[in-house]
Amino acid sequence: MKLYNISINNLKRRKGKMIFLVLGLLIGIATIVTMLSITESMTLDIEERLDRFGANIVMVPKRENLSLTYGGINVGGVSYEVSEFVEADLLRIREIKDNRNLGAVAPKIMGAIEVDGRKVLLMGANLEVELPLKTWWHLQGRPPENDSEVIFGSEAAMALGLDVGDSLQMNGQEFLISAQLAATGGSEDNIIIGDLHRIQQVLGKEGKISMVEIAAFCRDCPIDEMVLQIAGQFPDAKVTALKQAVMSKMQSVELFKTFSYGIAALVIFIGSLLVFVSMMGSVNERTREIGIFRAIGFRRGHVMQIILLEAIVVGLIGGLAGFLSGSGLARLVLPFVIPESSSPALNMQMGIIAIALAVALSLLASLWPAHKGSRMDPSEALRAL
Amino acid sequence: MNQIDNTVEHLIEIQSVGKDYQSGDGVVPAIRQMDFAIDDGEFVTIMGHSGSGKSTLLSILGGLNHPSRGQVLVDSLDLYDLTSEQRADFRSEYVGIIFQSFQLIPYLTVRENVVLPMAITGLTRKQKEKMAMDVLVKVGLTDKVDRLPDQLSGGEQERVAIARAIVNRPPILLADEPTGNLDSETASEVMELLSRLNREEGLTIIMVTHNPEISVYSNRTIRVQDGTCMEH
Repeated sequence: MKLYNISINNLKRRKGKMIFLVLGLLIGIATIVTMLSITESMTLDIEERLDRFGANIVMVPKRENLSLTYGGINVGGVSYEVSEFVEADLLRIREIKDNRNLGAVAPKIMGAIEVDGRKVLLMGANLEVELPLKTWWHLQGRPPENDSEVIFGSEAAMALGLDVGDSLQMNGQEFLISAQLAATGGSEDNIIIGDLHRIQQVLGKEGKISMVEIAAFCRDCPIDEMVLQIAGQFPDAKVTALKQAVMSKMQSVELFKTFSYGIAALVIFIGSLLVFVSMMGSVNERTREIGIFRAIGFRRGHVMQIILLEAIVVGLIGGLAGFLSGSGLARLVLPFVIPESSSPALNMQMGIIAIALAVALSLLASLWPAHKGSRMDPSEALRAL
Repeated sequence: MNQIDNTVEHLIEIQSVGKDYQSGDGVVPAIRQMDFAIDDGEFVTIMGHSGSGKSTLLSILGGLNHPSRGQVLVDSLDLYDLTSEQRADFRSEYVGIIFQSFQLIPYLTVRENVVLPMAITGLTRKQKEKMAMDVLVKVGLTDKVDRLPDQLSGGEQERVAIARAIVNRPPILLADEPTGNLDSETASEVMELLSRLNREEGLTIIMVTHNPEISVYSNRTIRVQDGTCMEH
């Protein structure tokens, strides 16, 4: 027999007491695991959804003059960029150090065109990339199926008196309006959107690009770093992060995480308190037993070891049971929180941390009771016999 | 008052030992002054009524209760010159204790209770098992080694308590009312066992009791009254 046999036998034969001790830790750990699992899944889901809401980096050629446009009102008429990027150079965007954080790269060519005697802004874009990026665009009609079809902004359509299904001529080439954009309140209301390379042709700007919108995956993405890296590739470009959009995305995620950690900390504290109170009660009940241990020659350290070994066993069982319960509970709750979510796999890293945390808390909560038990005066304890 | 024969080397010497306790009314002397010696191989009964100080004396002899005055010498070593932890080590090696009302650990089997004092030694599992079985043979309990204490009779529990007290082969056995919870027939059996251990193993036994009928098993009686002692 060794000291750990005494600890294990005590727990084995006083199952009710052990269950009570384990329960305190189990509830604490299960709550933490459940909350963190759900938070993790929600964070992923939020970030995936937010990442789908458009670009967060914009690259335009550097201007020498300040913009004369504010809130959609331009002073001195419509102004258009003259300097442009070379389309082939855009491959360098994917060569930056943090390219793993890059999502969609959406180049555009812009230029003025005359339609029925009126000047209209024409935009060419890679529609396969552009349309998924602009999730707030609602098309009345269908997306263009070839490079001879275009999308009209609502204001542009009204100004030109055109509708879905109508044809128009631009620089001697015929185009069909396949869809009209529902009003967005933004600059796209005033433009005609078509296939990038066809519009480059119409505008006589083959191989040219006016601006690039870039979507970065923002889970831990170093958006400022990426802006610098892209700017490093294009010294003549002005690269801007739409910081406000990024930060507000991350703020809501971080707020939710902080809330979860706060709740988790509170639950841990309560669970530890439960273990502490239970262990104190257990030590007080074992006055006689501790007196016997001391009387037959056990040192204070031996008595402490017995109590702390019990704490370790309780921590191991509570941690494992808490982790499994918490993971199971998360699986049950998640479909109500995120309807289309798939069941998360058991997170083994979280399991190891949960068990280690439970053992640490159990030990911490048992330190004072173990110390108190070991300092019991054997003669006082034996007087109780 | 007993005089200690200083020409003889005694195993245990109690020299002017006294013990006081604090109470609401002031200081209460549990032991006023005691002087006596015990030799190796003796079977001594310390007898007195309840409250006479005999259990306090036993706890002092076991290194469990610091006397207010006087000295306790065991093999010429002043027991209370040692630290608390050193006295624990002393008890582990030199003293076996039989408590009042058996005081077995309820969640350990007979075998585990007997092996308990060896849990802190460096003996191997085999050695511990052998030593445990040896004493269980001596006390006649080999057929109940896997029972829990509450599955045993009073006499059997007392035997387990004796086995636990002697498993480490201590030279001294302290017994506090070993027959206090037993009927007369069982009490006799237990006293026969202790007597045999004293005769055959040379175990020095100091037994505390209020029952004069069992003191006949010892070869010397020290009567304790009002915190002092006298030989009979």
